[in-house]
Amino acid sequence: MSTYPRVSLNNPYGDAKVIDACSIFGVMDRSGACFSGDETIAAIASMHDRGNGLGGGFAVYGCYPEFKDWYALHVMYMEGGVREDVEGYIGGHFHLHLAEGIPTRRTSRIVDPPEVWRYFVSREDGGDPGESDDDYVVRQVMRINTSFKSAFVFSSGKNMGVFKGVGYPEEIADFFCLDEYRGYIWTAHGRFPTNTPGWWGGAHPFNILDWTVVHNGEISSYGINRRYLEAHGYQCTMETDTEVMAYALDLLLRRHGLSIELAATVLAAPLWSAIERGTSPQADLHRTLRQVYAPLLMNGPFTIIIAHAGEMVGLTDRIRLRPLTAATLGSRLYLSSEESAVRLVAPHVERVWTPLGGEPVIGRLTQTAGNDGGDVA
Amino acid sequence: MPEQVLVAADTLEIDARGLYYRELNARVREGLDGSSCTRVILRNVCGQRYIGTGLRRRVRIEIEGTPGNDLGAFMDGPSIVVYGNAQDACGNTLNSGEVIVHGRAGDIVGYSMRGGRVFVRDDVGYRAGIHMKECGGQRPVLVIGGTAQPFLGEYMAGGVVLVLGLTMRPGERHRADFIGTGMHGGVIYLRGQVEAWQLGREVGTAELDEADWRQVQALVHDYVAHFGGDAREILAGQFIKLFPLYLRPYGNLYAY
Amino acid sequence: MKSYLANRFIIDRNPERCIQCQVCVRQCGFEVHSYDAEDEEIVSNESRCVGCHRCVLFCPTRALTVRANPLSYRANANWQPEAIEDVVKQAETGGVLLTGMGNDKPYRIYWDHLVLNASQVTNPSIDPLREPMELRTFLGAKPERVEIDPATGALATSMPPQVPIEVPVMFSAMSFGSISLQVQESLARAATQAGTLFNTGEGGLHRSLYRYADHAVVQVASGRFGVDAGYLEAGRMVEIKIGQGAKPGIGGHLPGEKVSAEVAATRMIPPGTDALSPAPHHDIYSIEDLAQLIFALKEATGYSKPVGVKIAAVHNVAAIASGIVRAGADYIAIDGLRGATGAAPKVMRDHVGIPIELALAAVDTRLRQEGIRHRVSIIAAGGIRNSADVLKAIALGADAVYVATAALVALGCHVCQMCYTGRCSWGIATPDPYLSRRVNPDIGARRLTNLLRGWSHEIQEMLGGMGVNALESLRGNRLHLRAVGLNEHEMRVLGVRPAGE
Repeated sequence: MSTYPRVSLNNPYGDAKVIDACSIFGVMDRSGACFSGDETIAAIASMHDRGNGLGGGFAVYGCYPEFKDWYALHVMYMEGGVREDVEGYIGGHFHLHLAEGIPTRRTSRIVDPPEVWRYFVSREDGGDPGESDDDYVVRQVMRINTSFKSAFVFSSGKNMGVFKGVGYPEEIADFFCLDEYRGYIWTAHGRFPTNTPGWWGGAHPFNILDWTVVHNGEISSYGINRRYLEAHGYQCTMETDTEVMAYALDLLLRRHGLSIELAATVLAAPLWSAIERGTSPQADLHRTLRQVYAPLLMNGPFTIIIAHAGEMVGLTDRIRLRPLTAATLGSRLYLSSEESAVRLVAPHVERVWTPLGGEPVIGRLTQTAGNDGGDVA
Repeated sequence: MPEQVLVAADTLEIDARGLYYRELNARVREGLDGSSCTRVILRNVCGQRYIGTGLRRRVRIEIEGTPGNDLGAFMDGPSIVVYGNAQDACGNTLNSGEVIVHGRAGDIVGYSMRGGRVFVRDDVGYRAGIHMKECGGQRPVLVIGGTAQPFLGEYMAGGVVLVLGLTMRPGERHRADFIGTGMHGGVIYLRGQVEAWQLGREVGTAELDEADWRQVQALVHDYVAHFGGDAREILAGQFIKLFPLYLRPYGNLYAY
Repeated sequence: MKSYLANRFIIDRNPERCIQCQVCVRQCGFEVHSYDAEDEEIVSNESRCVGCHRCVLFCPTRALTVRANPLSYRANANWQPEAIEDVVKQAETGGVLLTGMGNDKPYRIYWDHLVLNASQVTNPSIDPLREPMELRTFLGAKPERVEIDPATGALATSMPPQVPIEVPVMFSAMSFGSISLQVQESLARAATQAGTLFNTGEGGLHRSLYRYADHAVVQVASGRFGVDAGYLEAGRMVEIKIGQGAKPGIGGHLPGEKVSAEVAATRMIPPGTDALSPAPHHDIYSIEDLAQLIFALKEATGYSKPVGVKIAAVHNVAAIASGIVRAGADYIAIDGLRGATGAAPKVMRDHVGIPIELALAAVDTRLRQEGIRHRVSIIAAGGIRNSADVLKAIALGADAVYVATAALVALGCHVCQMCYTGRCSWGIATPDPYLSRRVNPDIGARRLTNLLRGWSHEIQEMLGGMGVNALESLRGNRLHLRAVGLNEHEMRVLGVRPAGE
C-alpha cells in the first residue's frame, strides 16, 4: 500500500534488515534541570565491548531552548549535490527560520562523514486544518526520506536533537561536539551491526518528531510490524528493525492517544495466560489491545529506551531476554545495559533494580517543584 | 611488575581502575602463576568481565566494585567475594569454587553450574540456576537471599537452589513465574509465598522432610555466616520444596 | 489403539537357504526376527523392520533380502504416501514426529549441478602420483598482513592460533549418546592417524578418549554438557554450537532411551531423562552476547586455541556470518539443509534451513566484500558424500568440510533414519552395550582411515587434473567450477558461470 517509491539505500547487500545489537544508556533529570553529556558519554564508552565501532548515537532533549517552538530538522547528506534540492523542498514546504551546518569536529576516527545540517522550521500558514502540525511534519519527513537520494532527515522534533553516525559512541560525541550541549534527557547507543561502515542512517537513535528509540536486540516480528506501519503511512526507509519502534510509538501514543503504560502492553504484550488471570476491566483492556494491535507486538529480545519531551522510558521484551538496569540518585533516573556503566558515573546511586519483562520504567518531569522525583515503576 | 600490583607475603593486590578486562585478568594470572599467593584483592572494579575465568587453583579473590558479566565463568577452584553487585552470567558453567556476592546479581546466575557454590545476598534476575546439573560427588548450590525473577531453575537437572525472600516486605510474595519449568532433577527450596500458577508444569510441591531441613539449615547458617542476619528467624519462615514430577517431562512429546 | 500404518518393508527369506542359525534373530536391534521352536522356523515381524540390512549382510547363507512394501495408494501428487503416513502416526501418538539422519526430500542438490575443471593444453595437469600435491590446511584467523622487524628481519607479527589438518575433511559433531563410545573412539583414532580432527558433539568428551583430545574439536552447546575447564584445555579447537543443519533454531535431542548411565554421567544429568538442549545458549540472546561467550572461552583457554562458531544455514546466513566474524570467532562452521542428526523433529529436518552450497557461496562472497574473509576459516557441512563434493565446497570458498553421514556409512550405517530409537542394529547410534560392542574400534578406525585415504587420493588426482598443486589455489576459486542446469539466480548466488562460458 506504499505510495512512495522505493529508494535504494546505502545498504549494499540488500539485507531486508540489518542485524545489530548493542549497548544502551539513558539518564534523565526529572526536575528538568539541564546537564552536560559527560556522564552519558563516559557511560556508553565504558560498554565498549558491546559494540564494534560501526555505529553510535545520542539523543538530547532540551538542547535548543531558544528555538523550542520550532521543529529542528537534522538532515544528513550522503552525497554532494543533493543539499540544494532538499533545502529547496524544505523552504517550499515550511517556514524556515534558520538553517546551519551542525557543528562538527574533524577527527581522524570518523571517516568520510556525510554533511550534517539542521533547519529550524515551522509549518506555513494556510495548510489543511484537518491535518495537525505534527502529522504534517511526519508526512514531509517521509517524503524527503523517500524522494531524495542520499539525503535523510534523522531528527525532527522540537527542542531536541539526534546525533548519530558510524563510529564508537564516544567518537560520535566528539565529532558532533556534544560537549557543548546541555539537556535534561540524554540517551545513547553503541552499535554492533553486521554491515561494513558507511551506513550512517542505520545508527541509533531512531526518531520521528520528538520520539527517539535506542534499542538493544533484534525484532523477529519486524516483517509484519513494518507492513502494518506502512499501511498507516509510515515509510520504513532505514531498513533497521528499530525504525518500527519509533513509528509504532508515534502511532500508538500521538495518533491513537494511548498512554505509555498501555503502549508498553502493546509492544511487550502480556502472555494470554497472564491476561486471563487478571480481572475486568483490566483483563478486557489488555485482551482487546492485544487483539487489535497484534501486528505491533514486538517479538524477539529487546531492551529499548524511549524518550520524548518530558519522559524517558525503559522497556524490555516480555520474557526479558535483554538486560536493563535502572537506578536513581536524587532527581536523576538512569537506565543502562550494564550496572557498571551507571556505577562509573554515579557511584553512589541510591536504588538499583531490574524491571520485569514488559514492565516499563518511566521517568517523568515533576509537576511542581519540591516533589520527590517523578513516577518510577 | 607494574606499580599497580602489590605483592605481600601471600596477597596480590591490583587497582583495576581504567584497566581493560584482558589486562586485568592477565595480571591476575601472571601474579598467581608459580606463586604461593592465596589471596587477590581487586580494587575499583567496574564492569571488567571474566574475572576468575579459567583459574584452576585455590585462591581467594576479593572484588571491590561492580564486576562485569561472566564473573567466574568456567571457573574451577577459586573463591570469589564481591563487595558490591554482580552483573549477568555470574558463575556461568561453574565447576568448583565459590562466588559470594554482597549485593544483588543479574540474569542467568549459575547458568549450567555443575559444582561449586554461589551465594547472593539480595535479589537476582531472570533464569537463575538455569540448567544446573549434578553427578556423583559434584552437586552445585545456589543460595539467593532475596527474591528471583521468572524462569528460576529452568530445565534443572540437578543441584540445590534456595531462595530466602529476605528483601521482600511483609505480606509481599515472590513475583517469579515459570519457576522450575522443565525441571527434571535437583531441588528448589523457597521461603515465602508462591501460587500454583507461578510454577512450571513439571514441578511438584511438598513440605520439607528431615533431610531437607538439615540441608536448608546448613545453607541458612552459611548464608548468615557470609552476610549476617538471624538464622533462627529465617528458618522460622514458611518453606516449601519444589521438585521435579517427572524424570522425562517431555517423554510424551515425541512420536517414536 | 490399532495402528493404521502398513509395514514399510517386506522381508523375503529363501527357505532353501535358511538354516535357522538365528544369526538374524540376534543381529536385529528391532527384534524383527524370532525363532518359533514349535514350527522350527524363523518368523519375521515385518512391522518392525526399518530396512537397515544388518540381517541380510550377516546371514551366512545369504538367505534374506529386504524390499520396499509395494503398497499402492491411488496416485496423488499432493497426498504422497509419506504425508498420509505422517498424519496417521501423529493421530496415533499425539507427538512430534522424530527422525534421524539427514533431509531425504528431493531439494536440488547443487553439487550435482556443478562440474570441475581440468587442464587441457593451455596449462599442464600436474602428476599427483609423483609430484608434490599439497592438501594441508591451517584453520584459524589470519592477520591482514605480515610485519617484519626492520632491524632484525625477523617476523614481528604474532599469529593467532593455527591448527593444521592434512586433509580438508574432518569428522563432524556427533555426541556421545547419539553414537556409541566405540564409534567415537573409531573417529578419534582415525582422525589422529589421518592428521585431521574429530568433533565431540555436545555430549562432552569421555575420559577414555582424552588421549585423543589433541585432535578433538570440543563443542560447547547450549546444554553445556561435559563442559569444564579440563575439557576446554584438552581440546584442539573450541566450538560454540549455535545450531545444526538438521534442526535450525532448536537444540540437540537425546531421547531418554539413549541416556545410559555412562552417557548420563558424562553429561551430569539423571539417567533415562531426555537430554534436550535448550534452543538458545541462555547467555547468548544477541550478537554481543556471542562475542561475550567467545571471549569467555578465549580467556578460559589463555587465547591458545581457535574458538569457532557452528551455525545452521538459514535465510540471512551471510549477515549472521559477518556478525560472527566481528564477534571475534576464529572459524565458522555452516551446516546446511541436509545435515544429519541422531534425532530431530521430522518437520524441521525436512523444511527448515537452506542448502549448504548456496549458504557457503553467500557467506564467502559476503565476507570478501566486507574485507573480513581472512579473519575466519569456513567449514562447510551438510550432506557431503564424496571427494568431488569436498572439492566443489573448497572451490566455493570453504577451508574444509565436516562429514558425519559418510563416516557412519563407512562404519556400517545404512541410513535407515531410526537413530533416535537407540536400537541401531549396527551398534553405531546407540549406547546399548550389547549393540555397541558390534563396532570394534580397531576395525572402525581402519575403515574410516581408508575412507579418508581414498578421498585424499581422489582429491589429489582432481587437483592435479586442474593444474593445481596446493589446495589454497582452489579455495574460493569459483572459476574452476561451471554450472549445469541451474537458473540465473542460482548461478548468481553461487558465483559460478554456466558450462560453455
